[in-house]
Amino acid sequence: MAVSLVNRFEQDNIIVEQIDNLLNWARAGSPWYFQFGLACCAIEMMAAAAPRYDLERFGAMPRSSPRQADVMIVAGTVTLKMATRVKRLYEQMANPKYVISMGSCANSGGPYWQYGYHVLKGVDLVVPVDVYVPGCPPRPEALMQGLLELQKKIKEDTPLRRVS
Amino acid sequence: MELAAIQTRVGAVHPDALVPTDEGAAYLSMTPEHWADVAQLLRSDEELRFNVLMCLTGYDRGPGEPLGVAYNLHSMDKLHKLEVRIEVPRDGGKIPSVAQIWRTAEWHEREAYDLFGITFVGHPDLRRILLPEDWEGYPLRKDYKEPDYYRGIPVPKDKRGWE
Amino acid sequence: MTTKAEVVKNFGVVQTEEMVLNMGPQHPSTHGVLRLKIRTDGEIVSSIEPHIGYLHRCFEKHCENLSYEQVIPFTDRCDYLASMANNHIYSMAVEKMLGIEVSEKVEYIRVIMTELQRIASHLLAVGTFGLDVGGITPFTYCFRDRERVLDLFEYTCGARLLYNYIWVGGLSHDLPLNFRQYAQEFIDYFEPKINEYNRILTYNKIFIERTGDVGVLPAEVAISYGCSGPVLRGSGVKWDLRRDEPYSIYDRFDFEVITGDGQMGSLGDCWDRYFVRVREMGESVKILRQALAGLPEKGDVQENIPKKIRPPKGEIYFRGESPRGDLGFYIISDGKAKPYRVKMRSPAFSNLSVINEIGAGWMISDIVTILGSLDIVLGEIDR
Repeated sequence: MAVSLVNRFEQDNIIVEQIDNLLNWARAGSPWYFQFGLACCAIEMMAAAAPRYDLERFGAMPRSSPRQADVMIVAGTVTLKMATRVKRLYEQMANPKYVISMGSCANSGGPYWQYGYHVLKGVDLVVPVDVYVPGCPPRPEALMQGLLELQKKIKEDTPLRRVS
Repeated sequence: MELAAIQTRVGAVHPDALVPTDEGAAYLSMTPEHWADVAQLLRSDEELRFNVLMCLTGYDRGPGEPLGVAYNLHSMDKLHKLEVRIEVPRDGGKIPSVAQIWRTAEWHEREAYDLFGITFVGHPDLRRILLPEDWEGYPLRKDYKEPDYYRGIPVPKDKRGWE
Repeated sequence: MTTKAEVVKNFGVVQTEEMVLNMGPQHPSTHGVLRLKIRTDGEIVSSIEPHIGYLHRCFEKHCENLSYEQVIPFTDRCDYLASMANNHIYSMAVEKMLGIEVSEKVEYIRVIMTELQRIASHLLAVGTFGLDVGGITPFTYCFRDRERVLDLFEYTCGARLLYNYIWVGGLSHDLPLNFRQYAQEFIDYFEPKINEYNRILTYNKIFIERTGDVGVLPAEVAISYGCSGPVLRGSGVKWDLRRDEPYSIYDRFDFEVITGDGQMGSLGDCWDRYFVRVREMGESVKILRQALAGLPEKGDVQENIPKKIRPPKGEIYFRGESPRGDLGFYIISDGKAKPYRVKMRSPAFSNLSVINEIGAGWMISDIVTILGSLDIVLGEIDR
């Protein structure tokens, strides 16, 4: 585990650890997210990055290009016109990549599920989602918890043994 | 200027343009044929001077009934307002574009075309504005049925496992 | 020293191959999912074609399928930076159809909420505009203060962003304990902060170079395109629905209609539009002071809420001043419990349509500035 890794380093300067854990420790500490605001939730995502909530405490830093990002936060309603672009942006990200679906709209279509003829009913229809954050819109704290859940997930990963 | 006075003023210049409206209606009803000339009159006449098109709304009277467009005009100099309605048949109805008279209309007419399928003759660039180019149908018509798939993406909500 | 306009003009003499550039739908400076198809000659933009609709959430279809009061949460989500203003104007439109008068207290609370919302919205506009032209600090300053406004909203109705607070005929909750005191504290805290923004951004030399004289919007063009709000007032037109067509109780308050004056370049440039927003926050503070002083202590905020909302047959076009400009609702009723047709005339829709007119001839980096100065919200453009 990552915490034990830091502790051992403090004690005697030499670490004996699985390389998977070392990699995961490093990756979980810097989930650079793809700044990809779609709708209302994007404002809460901006608020999460702003001084009061300060998402950068967790090593999360907004990137404007998909090629530099590890995590895609789908913040807001995905429409059918946008769905094809979301898929393309996801494909442009480098592996390993993760998706956080933020808000009801991205989770399931939200309030637009019934009459929204032009709304995608859940972003998981076009890209695989790792963490769902509920709320309409979720508070910045909820997004943070989602990010912490994602960090847990990253720490359990085995990147070297993964079958590509 | 009050509605009746505006009606008289328009009627004096274009007597064929006006269509009788119901008692107590707060708008003028017009035929599409003379609309371009009437709009020019409304915009430039010294007494009318409607220089702002506040809103342009398409509407549907129901399946089998005509489609309509409501224009809400306002004059910043004279501080009076006017609503004009034009109705056209559901299939193949054409309304002259006023995009050159009020530039606001350019995007609003595209929107009415996109959502209702009303054609505006003389519009500089009449394309869909909100929906994708390859979308089928006009969603705000009352008889619209949403598609099952768009480019392979299921459109209606999958409700399996809900009940 | 050559001015920026001269540089641009001289560069235009050299002919290079035309290039089509896509900006968006994912682009950090398009404020959402706007796509601009830009034709460029080298770095100089020759024409801009905006493609919108990437956030078309079928608001108008929802209105036709929901009852009048159920529409209110959807108006929240249209202009998500000014939810209170949307609620207010929609509710007033329906009240006009029904012929309902609301009590004095409700009117005061509505004005207080709308003006607080105007401050929050302009703070975001100012902050992200600073971000667009390359300054990160103003963004953090603005968000620090915006959070305080959101705290007041959260204290009142429990939500940070989308409130569903102003209902047809009343409000969803009364004001909580000590709200007046907290609001007063916020105003006293906020008013001196406006000077702080001016110090860090408004009179910053680099900022003036980037925004002054850029994207000049003449008044006739603005009126013809139906621009409104700070975009229109930045061009020197003294037009504010709160003063010119007073609705609610705005005629009781003493405030100034801010217009641009071209002091950093020409009238109607990006700097003017920006500075109108900054000064409008000061005017909102003025209104808030008067409204808080006049707010009646007692009164039920839900006494006028109708049990059944069934407006008589007919139509109404009602408009009010949202932070972005003239927000109008055109509602056709057929006497049933659901609206027959609702059209939202969104200010940003018309404000954005002017981009080709004022953006052509400038460099690509200036397009970002011009777009930022229009302060668009894609939620209400696409609806």
